[in-house]
Amino acid sequence: MALRGKSLDSSLSAGPALEFRGVSYRINGNLILDNLSFGIEPGRTLVLLGRSGSGKTTALKMLNGLLLPTSGQVLVESRATSDWDLIELRRSIGYVIQEVGLFPHFTIGENVGLVPRLNGWTADRITARVAELLHQVGLEPARFLNRYPRELSGGQRQRVGVARALAAEPKLLLFDEPFGALDPVTRVELQDQFLELRDRLGKTTIFFTHDVREALRLCSEIALLHRGRLEVLAKPAEFLNSSGPEARAFLSTL
Amino acid sequence: MIPPYLWQEMAQLTGEHFVLVLVSMVIAAGAGLPLGILLTRRASLRTPLLGFANVMQTIPSLALFGFLIPIPLIGGIGKRTAIVALVLYALLPILRNTLAGILGVDAAVRESAIAMGMTGRQLLWEVELPLAAPTILAGIRIATVTTIGTATIAAAIGGGGLGVFIFRGIASVDTTQILAGAIPAALLALLSDGGFSWIERRLTEPRT
Repeated sequence: MALRGKSLDSSLSAGPALEFRGVSYRINGNLILDNLSFGIEPGRTLVLLGRSGSGKTTALKMLNGLLLPTSGQVLVESRATSDWDLIELRRSIGYVIQEVGLFPHFTIGENVGLVPRLNGWTADRITARVAELLHQVGLEPARFLNRYPRELSGGQRQRVGVARALAAEPKLLLFDEPFGALDPVTRVELQDQFLELRDRLGKTTIFFTHDVREALRLCSEIALLHRGRLEVLAKPAEFLNSSGPEARAFLSTL
Repeated sequence: MIPPYLWQEMAQLTGEHFVLVLVSMVIAAGAGLPLGILLTRRASLRTPLLGFANVMQTIPSLALFGFLIPIPLIGGIGKRTAIVALVLYALLPILRNTLAGILGVDAAVRESAIAMGMTGRQLLWEVELPLAAPTILAGIRIATVTTIGTATIAAAIGGGGLGVFIFRGIASVDTTQILAGAIPAALLALLSDGGFSWIERRLTEPRT
């Protein structure tokens, strides 16, 4: 009995938190994703690197079930997205969106508290959580709670975006080119904050970017996507020595 | 300018006019909003429904009132027919603005709402409708102001309202009576326009 319990335990913790298993996606005869396979161990950060049109956005939409694979499976917590209740799946993924995507008609507090509210948390618990999160991302709750996104700078909005993604204690974090539109100084500040949060919270994270510098800085592993194929899957140090043409093309931008 | 013997009738006809417009607008908004939302979900219905509303709009109002008289149930002489005609006119701006307002919501905002795990209903009520509200309201505002003017024709088919003065004034070449109908109608239009613009400002102020 004890043995069985142990093996069950290890099978639960050993599986990747997120896995693409032979994922292909075809639309109108075009192969957008071609037999993509990789996994992320719990608590690790994987950067999916690729230029525009590489299939990054499609891969991202597979994750939160906006698209389903033509063949293969995307497994979140060892369960295929096709078997998840999609609403539940999306609420358990903390999503930080390109160009922020905050709701312009919600206050900062309402934006951050959105998913907890959708999940039916009590008002008191939401209020406490929102204040805690704003604090964590370096925004003073008293000053920002009741303001609207338009009144904030790009960097501040992106911090709110991060707080919102963390709000409902998601199992998985999904960053979609979150820092692309920021000035270089603010970008580095937010990357620092990302690293600090990553170390403190230890959440499994998948990060989409086309910036190789950002990729090398933030990840435990880089997956390089080119024309829907996985070209390289490597630790940052190994990635620097990759010889493939697409990897070299990215490295030449350093 | 308007002699005192007309005041009492003016008050009564203004009241009638107001009720005519109010009832028509409640029905037009009650039908136009859900239909407009439906059009955002079913693109195939857009052409026929907007086409119908467009055609209604092109029929000269006096002719439309006339066409409705022989039709059973919704037609005949009186307020009911007038309301049917006014609703048909008001429908287009409401439909069109509801559609445009919701389709105009930033695709990134909509997608992020879905990706956050909002259900279709939450997306509509919490994101699409609030963000489309100024546009939808502008549609209702245009429809209301137009209806206040068009409703004067209701008198031609026994629908009452301020048109009674205007038609009587034309028939008896009495400018005073025409003004007794036209001035309150214009004031009603101005007041409602001002009221709507106040609501619009209230709706958009906090986030701009």
